[in-house]
Parts: sequence; C-alpha cells; structure tokens
Amino acid sequence: MELLDNYENEAELVFDSVSRNEGFARMVAAVFTAQINPTIEELNDVKTAVSEAVTNCIIHGYPNIKGKIKMTLRLKKRQLEVTIEDEGVGIVDIEKAMEPLYTTRPDMERSGMGFAFMEAFMNDLKVESEPGHGTKVFLRKIFSDNPDSE
Amino acid sequence: MGTETGFTWLKEKEEAGAQLCVRSGILIIQMHADLDHHNALWIREQADKMIERQNVKHILFDFTGVEFMDSSGIGVIMGRYKKVIFTGGKAAVCNVGSAVDRIMRMSGLYKIIEKYDNLEEALKGLC
Repeated sequence: MELLDNYENEAELVFDSVSRNEGFARMVAAVFTAQINPTIEELNDVKTAVSEAVTNCIIHGYPNIKGKIKMTLRLKKRQLEVTIEDEGVGIVDIEKAMEPLYTTRPDMERSGMGFAFMEAFMNDLKVESEPGHGTKVFLRKIFSDNPDSE
Repeated sequence: MGTETGFTWLKEKEEAGAQLCVRSGILIIQMHADLDHHNALWIREQADKMIERQNVKHILFDFTGVEFMDSSGIGVIMGRYKKVIFTGGKAAVCNVGSAVDRIMRMSGLYKIIEKYDNLEEALKGLC
C-alpha cells in the first residue's frame, strides 16, 4: 500500500492505551474527516475502523501495561489515510490474526471481527508488526464525490 | 443543571453506560452511550452480577440512543446470549438504529438474536 504523498492536511495524536480513549480517538478521526463533507455512512465507517484498531492496541498490544498509541490522519482530496501504531507486544502471525472470528482473547469476549470490520469499512488495510516491536495498521478510505462540496 | 452554584456542568452527573433492570424474568439492558470496548466491560460486569443474583431467563438489549457500536458490542451480546441459552433463554435487541443495525447484519448476529422494533414488542415476543 502506497502512502499518500503531498497530502493537504495532516494531524497527529498520541494518547494512552486506556479504554476511555477509544471514543476520544474515533471522535477526533470523525471531526478531522468531516472537513471533506463525507456521507454519514462513510463517517461511521471511519469511526468503526478507528475504534477497532485502537481497541486492538489496548487489548492486544499492551495487555498488562499502559503504553502510547499514535494515530496519524492524512487527507488528500477525497482520500483519507489513517495509521494507528503502538509499541506493544506485536503480532506473531498476522495472517492468522486477520482471519474473521479468530481471536487470542476469547476470555475477554472478543468476537474476532476487528480486522474484518476494518477491511469491510475501508478501501485498504495493511498491517505491519513484529513480535516485541509493536504494530502499525494502515487504513485508507476513498470517499464518494460530494456534489455540494468544493 | 447545576446552575445554583454559578457553574453549568457539561453533564448533569457522571452517567453509567447503561441502566439494568429485571422485569418478569427478562433482564433489560438500556444503554445510552456508544457500545465500544470501554462500555462493554462495564455492561458485562453489571449484567453478569444480575444474572447470578436474580432469576433471569431472557436478555434484552435496548439500543435507544445508541449511535455507535463496534465488534466489542457483538462480543458482549454473544457472551450474554451464551449465558442464558443453556437454560432455554433467548437474547434479543430492540430500537436498533441504522449504524448499529449494519454492524449486526454484517456480523451475522441476527441468525441467533431476535430483533424487535421497540421495547413493547420485544417484551411481548420474549414472554
């Protein structure tokens, strides 16, 4: 997945891996995306994908400690790129982790739908991870042309 | 609002993520915040306490005012469903908005959970 170059607007947010910040992160992503006037459904897609990625960092990336999560948002015309990264434990088998319904934490009632939702609601998804060196999730969404926006 | 003190607080009081009550054997969970991992933890704990202590046969999730749910919501509904199914109970949802409905449809939740338009219909259906 190629990253957006010459992006028009970028925002970066670093926050603690506490569950209260899940809502905070998806609201920030939604407000940032609102400037290109997306449809309500598209905005919900972004909120869901961000929520899933941030929840993964909190539950799986930093299972027993509090760490930092960095979210970067970039806009170029009607494209949004979101990267969400942690410096947590990393993923041993990325392919396995991305399988629908697969979860390493059934004890926490994880449904195993996180990556499936990210994939379904965004146009591109890429995951980079190495055990012991954290995880970086890239998400991209291409928005429909809104005839009313400039 | 707390205007007597000269301050107007953003929220009237620190609100819990949901209200729970048992009515004729049905545990009704009325949520009034986004159903994400943060709130799912709290709802799971409260619901299980009531299932343990009271005579709960069915579980009903009322989504009035819930505008957002992610996969954590699927987990909390499935988890409670598993708790009542062995004793012949059912789980149901009602007052589901379009954004939440989309997540439920995509996850295949409706194959095992019944959906009702409103609280009244749900209580009638579950009894």
